[in-house]
Amino acid sequence: MPPDADPARRRPTFVVRGVTKIYRTGEVEVAALRGIDLELFANELVVLLGPSGSGKSTLLNILGGLDLPTAGEVRFGDLELTKLDDRALTAYRRDHVGFVFQFYNLMPSLTARENVALVTEIARAPLRPEDALDLVGLAERLDHFPAQLSGGEQQRVAIARAIAKRPEVLLCDEPTGALDSKTGVRVLAAIERVSQELGTTTALITHNAPIAAMADRVIRFADGRISEQTANLERRPAEALVW
Amino acid sequence: MRALNRKLLRDLWHIKGQSLAIALIMGCGIGLFVMMLGVIDSLEATRDAYYERYRLADVFAGAKRAPATIGRRLGDLPGVRSVTIRIVKDVTLDVPGLDEPAAGRLISLPEHGPPPLNALVIRAGRSVLPDRPDEVVLAEQFAEANRLQPGDHLAAILNGRKRQLQVVGIALSPEYVYAIAPGSLMPDNRRYGVLWMGQSALEAAFDLEGAFNDVSLALRRDGSEPAVIAAVDRLLAPFGGLGAYSRADQLSNWFLASEIAQLRTMAGIFPVIFLGIAAFLLNMSFARLIALEREQIGLLKAFGYRNGEVAWHYLKMAFLISLLGLAFGLAMGAWLGRWNTGLYAEFYRFPFLYYRPSPAVFIGAIAISLVAAAIGVLGAALQAARLPPAEAMRPPPPPLYRRAQGFAWLGRRLDQPSRMILRHILRWPRRASLTSLGIATAAGLLITSLHWIDAVEALIDGYFFRTTRQDVTVTLEAPRAMAALYGLAGLPGVLAAEPFRSVPAKLKHRQLERREAVQGLVPAPRLNRVLDRTGQPVPIPASGLLLSSTMARLLEVGPGDQVTLAVLEGRRPEREVRVAGLFETDLGTPVYMDLQALNRLMGEGPSISGAYLLTDQARAPALNRTLKNLPLVAGVASRARVLQSFNETIERTLSVMILFYILFGGLLAFGVVYNSARISLSERGRELASLRVLGFTRFEVAYILLGELLLLTLLALPVGCLLGYGLSFAITMTLDNELYRIPMVIHRSTYGVGMAVTLAATLLTSVLVRRRLDRLDLIAVLKTRE
Repeated sequence: MPPDADPARRRPTFVVRGVTKIYRTGEVEVAALRGIDLELFANELVVLLGPSGSGKSTLLNILGGLDLPTAGEVRFGDLELTKLDDRALTAYRRDHVGFVFQFYNLMPSLTARENVALVTEIARAPLRPEDALDLVGLAERLDHFPAQLSGGEQQRVAIARAIAKRPEVLLCDEPTGALDSKTGVRVLAAIERVSQELGTTTALITHNAPIAAMADRVIRFADGRISEQTANLERRPAEALVW
Repeated sequence: MRALNRKLLRDLWHIKGQSLAIALIMGCGIGLFVMMLGVIDSLEATRDAYYERYRLADVFAGAKRAPATIGRRLGDLPGVRSVTIRIVKDVTLDVPGLDEPAAGRLISLPEHGPPPLNALVIRAGRSVLPDRPDEVVLAEQFAEANRLQPGDHLAAILNGRKRQLQVVGIALSPEYVYAIAPGSLMPDNRRYGVLWMGQSALEAAFDLEGAFNDVSLALRRDGSEPAVIAAVDRLLAPFGGLGAYSRADQLSNWFLASEIAQLRTMAGIFPVIFLGIAAFLLNMSFARLIALEREQIGLLKAFGYRNGEVAWHYLKMAFLISLLGLAFGLAMGAWLGRWNTGLYAEFYRFPFLYYRPSPAVFIGAIAISLVAAAIGVLGAALQAARLPPAEAMRPPPPPLYRRAQGFAWLGRRLDQPSRMILRHILRWPRRASLTSLGIATAAGLLITSLHWIDAVEALIDGYFFRTTRQDVTVTLEAPRAMAALYGLAGLPGVLAAEPFRSVPAKLKHRQLERREAVQGLVPAPRLNRVLDRTGQPVPIPASGLLLSSTMARLLEVGPGDQVTLAVLEGRRPEREVRVAGLFETDLGTPVYMDLQALNRLMGEGPSISGAYLLTDQARAPALNRTLKNLPLVAGVASRARVLQSFNETIERTLSVMILFYILFGGLLAFGVVYNSARISLSERGRELASLRVLGFTRFEVAYILLGELLLLTLLALPVGCLLGYGLSFAITMTLDNELYRIPMVIHRSTYGVGMAVTLAATLLTSVLVRRRLDRLDLIAVLKTRE
């Protein structure tokens, strides 16, 4: 565990207690989460590992205010996410959370700069879109439309868009899932850099075990439960990752 | 069921909202098609059978008094098959329960047996018996409106004597399918009626023993109509012949024919609009569906399905939608057709009139719905067929947007969501403009429908309030000396009286010839005025004719030209008269002349045919009582009553029609907007859900989708106004005939209402779509690529 991340001394960003999520599709009930207890801290990069259906995405969605647990409690600072209505959850996402998705989810009708501006226009104290894009190494590609960018570039625009609002939380769901390894490394480096500069609580989902090396903490999921948590004593920089 | 067909049904179910909207619009087009063509079919078939079975004459003529022997000579004319000579007289009626006098047309029936031509359909009671001079048969319209039945009585002034007449029968005549008083705008069945009476009774009453004043002729198959008309005119000229005319110019038949012609025009316009828009919506929806099913199409082809099978698959789907529209349209058309036929049956009296469209109408409806579907979908289906399977199974490249060229100045001021709206429109300019055009058509249709109210109001205002200011028009049974005017001016409650002289005549210029009554007016009329387009009174020139511009067009004359005026009354003078001026009017083809000049031309002393009266409403009952009993009065028209009956008719017919068209227009706007919204939602659902994840509120997300539609609607509104004007103008032009012209008037408020209804339809649709937007699955969107 990194010396400045001792849970005893710091207040956690997220406190997750007894979270259960059951999906009902027709007559079938699927328990996606079965009693999760977890704390996440500021300036911490956590990698969530696990097979498909192990519950990691469900947890990420709940942390991001996209979904509510069936039972249990999730606190973001003083905010009890589990008690919020749709309007309040929207405000929470808008003010505190940055998302990076596997398939980028950029607006095809907006340029890179405008895709970032989309978020900065509704944020309270955002970075300039140009600065956000500079952080991810895209200062030269400001006025390109998504269709004119490579996959890696598109994902970096998505990262710039996610961090431009200076979020406390950065949630990345398989950000390299659609990329080759070389491009993936550049994207992870961008995530690493911006999360350090902004001091975000960063949670990153991946199938890809080697990526775990860049984390402060690795949480393994199996069958809706946390099966294992390990703290990396030494983080390996993203640039040094290979898979 | 084959798996592919099962997929077809499930896909269709998946886009059920859109399919339903398209089917509804297609149904409106089919419904209007079936209704209009069905009504035309029914009217034509009924008319032909009716005319045939009850022997409507081919040529009609009036005279002052011709000896019966002339009738035989008329029958011997080459090309004539049979002749009926009659006595026809316009009289004043005193109908029980009616305050004011009514106008009646008395027509003689042969003493024995039915008339050889223009036979009656006895609907109740019986025909008149010989030796019963007081028996009459009433036209059904008039009898119904006045609740008269066989056994009832009414009074008429015959040749100056008031007579009690007994109703013995109720009848219909092919000659009076549309019974309208000469010079009227609309039928007024309470105050105008046709009555039939025995020949000898009428001969005795009007001193016409052994004579006739009206003749009808049927032609042989090889008979020449113009030749017979000329011969009849020659034979009747010495006996005050008023000019023969063909069935085409016969008033009742003319109205029926022009109504059918109007329907035919509308049947060529409205269904095309609806089917065209349905085809466009199908095209849009299927282009999207095929984009969505790109990978599935690739798979199908990989499995070995042929291109034709793939294309047919989508065509079948469109045909299913059009079948739904067809079912809806046929049901609606049948219902509307029955309703509309009922409406026609009220104005056009046939012994039987059923809504019975020929099979051709249904076959036509099926054909046009399938063609519309094919036109709509063919492009998209062929595109599906042409997709190479390997390429189809890869996701399509993201659409390449561009900056809005030339909109940079605007772009700088826009926030990102507005920019997305603008770029989306510019990315698919054809689709956006067609969507906008569709909405504009809806607005145009609404404005055109509503324009009728303005036009009728303008007609009423122009005629009933500005041109004519008299309360009562009294027509005398024969021209009288000017002294009669003072008699009329002295009647109870009369405040002012203005004389007029009306002379039947033929106006000729080169080979062109029109029959029209020349109206002699005082030099500066104050009651029955002549107004120009701007509403300024036109003075009556001291000499020469003041022609309505329509008459001038028909005769191809202008101011300063000479026309031949052949009078068909009195000494029948024929003179060259100068056209002194022209004026515009919406009603008829009137010809005016100075009263004194007309008297001089006739070679008579100061004489009048009647008078326009300004009256004290408080004393109307006394005036009506007197007028009913005045022997020299042949007709009385009260402006208030005519206006009332006019308004009632409009209320019953036009308002319902307009309501339907507003519904149709609203439906059109709804269908276009709904389809666009659903397609946009399908294309951009992922984008919009992503925005929601990024923290955009529901409202902000709805703005991007619905803002585009609202913008397209706002752009459509001015175009819709233009379309509305154009469509109204086109319809007005087709209704331009000799009897009336629909004024081309559209109030600003009409444009306003048309636009407001369109906007309301857009907003209502937005609310529907907004509810779907609120249910966007935020999580699914993160995990899937389109």
